[in-house]
Amino acid sequence: MVTLNDYLIVSGLLFAIGFAGVLLRRNLIAIFMALELMLNAANLSLIGFSRFNVQNGLPDYNAQILVFFIVTVAAAEVAVGLAIIVALYRARHTTHVEDLNSLKF
Amino acid sequence: MNDSAPWIILFSPLIAAALITVVTQPFRKTSSYLSVAAVAISFLASLTVFAGPHREGSINWIDLGVFQVRLGYLIDELSKMMLLVVTGVGLLIHIYSIGYMKDERGRSRYFAALSLFMFSMLGIVLANNFIMMFIFWELVGVSSYILISHWFTLASAADAGNKAFIVNRLGDFGFMIGILMVWSASGTVMFEELGPKWSTLGLNPIYINAAAIFIFCGAVGKSAQFPLHVWLPDAMEGPTPVSALIHAATMVAAGVFMLARVFFLFEPAPVALGVVLWIGLITSLLAALMATQQDDIKRILAYSTLSQLGLMVAAVGLGVPEAALLHLFTHAFFKALLFLGAGSVIISLHHEQNIWQMGGLQRKMPVTFWTFLIGALALAGCPPFAGFWSKDGIVASAFDHNIAAALVIELASFFTAYYMARLFVVAFLGAHRSEAASHAKESPPVMTIPLVLLAIPAAIIGFPPLSTFFLQVPEREGVPTLAILVSLVVFLAGTFFGFTLYREKSKDPILIPLFANRFYIDQFYSALVKWTQDLFAQIAGFVDRWIIDGGIVRGLGGVTWSCGFALRFLQIGNLQAYAFLFGLGVVVLLYLILFAS
Repeated sequence: MVTLNDYLIVSGLLFAIGFAGVLLRRNLIAIFMALELMLNAANLSLIGFSRFNVQNGLPDYNAQILVFFIVTVAAAEVAVGLAIIVALYRARHTTHVEDLNSLKF
Repeated sequence: MNDSAPWIILFSPLIAAALITVVTQPFRKTSSYLSVAAVAISFLASLTVFAGPHREGSINWIDLGVFQVRLGYLIDELSKMMLLVVTGVGLLIHIYSIGYMKDERGRSRYFAALSLFMFSMLGIVLANNFIMMFIFWELVGVSSYILISHWFTLASAADAGNKAFIVNRLGDFGFMIGILMVWSASGTVMFEELGPKWSTLGLNPIYINAAAIFIFCGAVGKSAQFPLHVWLPDAMEGPTPVSALIHAATMVAAGVFMLARVFFLFEPAPVALGVVLWIGLITSLLAALMATQQDDIKRILAYSTLSQLGLMVAAVGLGVPEAALLHLFTHAFFKALLFLGAGSVIISLHHEQNIWQMGGLQRKMPVTFWTFLIGALALAGCPPFAGFWSKDGIVASAFDHNIAAALVIELASFFTAYYMARLFVVAFLGAHRSEAASHAKESPPVMTIPLVLLAIPAAIIGFPPLSTFFLQVPEREGVPTLAILVSLVVFLAGTFFGFTLYREKSKDPILIPLFANRFYIDQFYSALVKWTQDLFAQIAGFVDRWIIDGGIVRGLGGVTWSCGFALRFLQIGNLQAYAFLFGLGVVVLLYLILFAS
């Protein structure tokens, strides 16, 4: 029997992997993908909460609606983020984060 | 009718001023007639009040428990006489103004201001308490300012208005302190209550003297006494009827009137009386000396006004306010007459004010000539004209009380006779000294009729039965033969010198720069003001540059800047390091929220 904890553990693992990716990868595209992974980890736990919070025989739709919002926002964010990355690449000819430090004093 | 008469007197000019400003501004002729009608109503109401009994009435204007301000009138000998002078002379001058300001674009503004002035002046005269008097006192200052700078596009007129207002404020500040001192000591500002109460309060003599001197400051400003006399000659920049109305007959008399009204404050204050006496004497003598060397006809008259006001103030200082009032009364007529006569000459010579550009006006302007002669004789103190009688009262009491004062007064009278003779000989007699003078024509009747109407009282009003009808002068034992004789000799000597020195001359045979430059008092004030301003500016500059700018502004800025400078070393520029720190922060927060508590 699959319990809520299983979902949450998987979600937590996904989040940790995503976060590690954000911290450790050097390519902006890869960091971006890791970021998406973190968002989907949050989605997974929300779905888990929805599935296991049954009232009157129905799951909790609030959580699912929130998931839709996150998916939508993530799509928008991808559009903006990828555009920024393309623009950055055109300007600097690199997507390596270690080369993007001009805001430093 | 009789109950409301004082209110009618007071408010009809105000209503006229309001109507002119709001409604009839574009209709200049209507405006002038409205203004004249208002004064005429005031004058008629004043006549009924004059015939009526002494009385008092007031309404509560502001009532805040212990703090009450009343608006009221006090009708007695003093205000009856003053009402007649203000409205009577005022009426004639209003009529004269119709002629004088005929070609003037700002005529509506002029008449509105004139009516506002009448309202303020009548307020002072009627006031039955200090607060009301002070309010109207300030209103007089405002309207005088408006009228002096009537030709405001002239820099000199605008400056003269400012000067008059500012100098008056100096005196008024002292007046206010005096009022507050009296109020705090006695708890009342009503003249009727204050009169009997003041001497029974058992106050410290220093306090009494100080309060009286501060009150006197108000009169020093308004009546243009030394050392605040400097505004009056400059105020001649205004239209001539204004000079006649404000700076001869009424406004400057307000100071003397006020001193007489609150003379009970001075009675127990001998030191203050001494100050009043000597300020008056100094003003009288200095102004007479200054007048001997002026070339502008209006300025000569302005200095003679100063001199005569000094005489009145000195009379108050001698303890005979009745004599001062009598002189005020006669002076209002003959000085208004002189100013209007001068105005008539100025207009017919196309705004020429220099007496050395006049001359030979005897045939050309007979009415102006003869009326001016009457005014000049009255001012110089020639018997039997009005000025002789009133001046004689002052001189006689000076001989009784203080012989030094009497000598100063006689000296001033000598110079008065001298400069009036000079003015008259140069401006009216001899040959024409300019093109304009040879084409001079007599002024229209609207200007000459007021001259004649003023010449009559200037000639005869001094006779004791007539003057006592208007004003109760205390009886004195015997005829002051000595005073009369000395005055007569002084008058004859002054006139003789003036006449012989200036007869048939085309330029001034005597040049005394000290007198012509008015003892350099104006220059001294300018230097003093400049010096104090520079000093203040330097102190303020130091505070601004080193304390405010250096200490506060730069200090705060410097601290903020150095904090920012230190903090910016934390910015390492690695995105992932920031993300790591952010994640670490979240973990710490989660730990704190979930486990630490």
